[in-house]
Amino acid sequence: MAMNLLLPGMGEGPVLKLPTLSLWGGIDPLSGRLSDPALPHCGESVRGRVLMIAEPVGSSSSSAVLLELLHARNAPSAIVLGRVDAIVALGILVAREMGWATIPLAVMPPNEQAGIADGAMLRVE
Amino acid sequence: MALRIVVETGRLLGASRLVPIASAHIDGCLYHGDSGTLFAERLVSDGGKVAVPTTLNVGALDLLHAGRVKLAPERAAMARRMMDAYLKLGCRPTWTCAPYQAGHRPAFGQHVAWGESNAVAFCNTVLGARTERYGDFLDICAAISGRAPETGLHLDDNRRPSLLVDCGSLDRRLVAEEAFWPVLGAWLGETAAGKVVAFTGLPQEIDEDRLKAMGAAAASTGSVGLFHIEGVTPERFERPQEVLKLEGAMLHAARDRLSTVRAKAGDRVDAIAVGSPHFSIDEFLRLSSHLKGRKPAIPIYVCTGRHTLAEVERLALDVSAFTVVADTCIVVTPILPEGGGLLLTNSGKFAHYTRPNTGFDVLYGSLADCAETAVAGRLVREESLWR
Repeated sequence: MAMNLLLPGMGEGPVLKLPTLSLWGGIDPLSGRLSDPALPHCGESVRGRVLMIAEPVGSSSSSAVLLELLHARNAPSAIVLGRVDAIVALGILVAREMGWATIPLAVMPPNEQAGIADGAMLRVE
Repeated sequence: MALRIVVETGRLLGASRLVPIASAHIDGCLYHGDSGTLFAERLVSDGGKVAVPTTLNVGALDLLHAGRVKLAPERAAMARRMMDAYLKLGCRPTWTCAPYQAGHRPAFGQHVAWGESNAVAFCNTVLGARTERYGDFLDICAAISGRAPETGLHLDDNRRPSLLVDCGSLDRRLVAEEAFWPVLGAWLGETAAGKVVAFTGLPQEIDEDRLKAMGAAAASTGSVGLFHIEGVTPERFERPQEVLKLEGAMLHAARDRLSTVRAKAGDRVDAIAVGSPHFSIDEFLRLSSHLKGRKPAIPIYVCTGRHTLAEVERLALDVSAFTVVADTCIVVTPILPEGGGLLLTNSGKFAHYTRPNTGFDVLYGSLADCAETAVAGRLVREESLWR
């Protein structure tokens, strides 16, 4: 399994797979629940899950949403993206600078992600 | 801390060095929760000051219209503290997502660090300046350190198009419509998947507000930070080998996806919203001319910047028919009435973000549809070109 760890840490949990997601507009920063009715899993919390996004998209405010999730301890336990995305990474980087708990960030190409079932337990480290 | 974050982000992105920047636009001043306020205040207490001219994107408050934003008092206070912290860092209080229409226009080829996805798309595409799609926080860190990672759209290689989209066979009447451009942008965002796209077969003169609307839609439905339009956008490019012929039906489908519900003429509409990106003075004039002095029966929320309101005042334009929202907008902070309903908009970006962020269902229509619906008090849409 080709998983490239961009930001260190250890996180595990059931995989929550999404074909695409903008964290801003896609996750309620207060509750950590998925809030876009157009996407699967709407209404579920990302907390404690391994959030696996094939194609990260959208707003530059996504860093702020992730920072807020980390600060309020509503964050996923790890994030796996289909490609490098600095917007997602920044939320974690800033949390680290602020001395708050962080999570690992990894990249796994979408074709590799396809081999992992939604809901399967996954450990990222 | 600022430089460390810039360097670390550069490392993640595989940048071999940092590039000096000429200016910055900060998206990070929007309140999403206390974490962002605490971060901005840490930058202030560390003695941070921006090293380059820096404008600010929207905040979570309308500082010009008290009571417009219905944020809980303690959240409003934290949002205000955050906005104040960015001013203490030396940023200009522009509070707009259209800084390029508020006098912030870097020169062709200049390296800058801009946040806010629509502003990034405009900066790269229309101005030909160079910025990567920076996330919140990197923008202010780059502004303080005066440098950004030399990566992504800063580099020639990543600005070359790899797909040519031929619009030559589209109905010219459709292309002439204002409502065509956000749909083209939404289609681009859904289709591009990380590619830089070049368009051919579009008119050789395209109004700046149309390019702004197209870029905003493309940056909402996808991660588009740059596109080219042959004969229009300033950066020269070689035509890519891969060509896609765009058919009307593809755009009709993209337009349908901008609405979250099906609706028919005469249906109830609860609110109308325009101004994402922030309304320009030309757009104010166009909306007023569609209304022809008639009074709206449905509230029209017009989101704009204080730079445009200064123009409105200078031209003594009557905007009393509108619910004007300044410094912020309806999808980033609670402004719309509670309880939801159906919202009509001419903005691809509002169409994309309204339902997840406000709970309102969305219909996409033209600026003329917005005006006619407002006056009629029920849905009026001219759809003959979209079939």
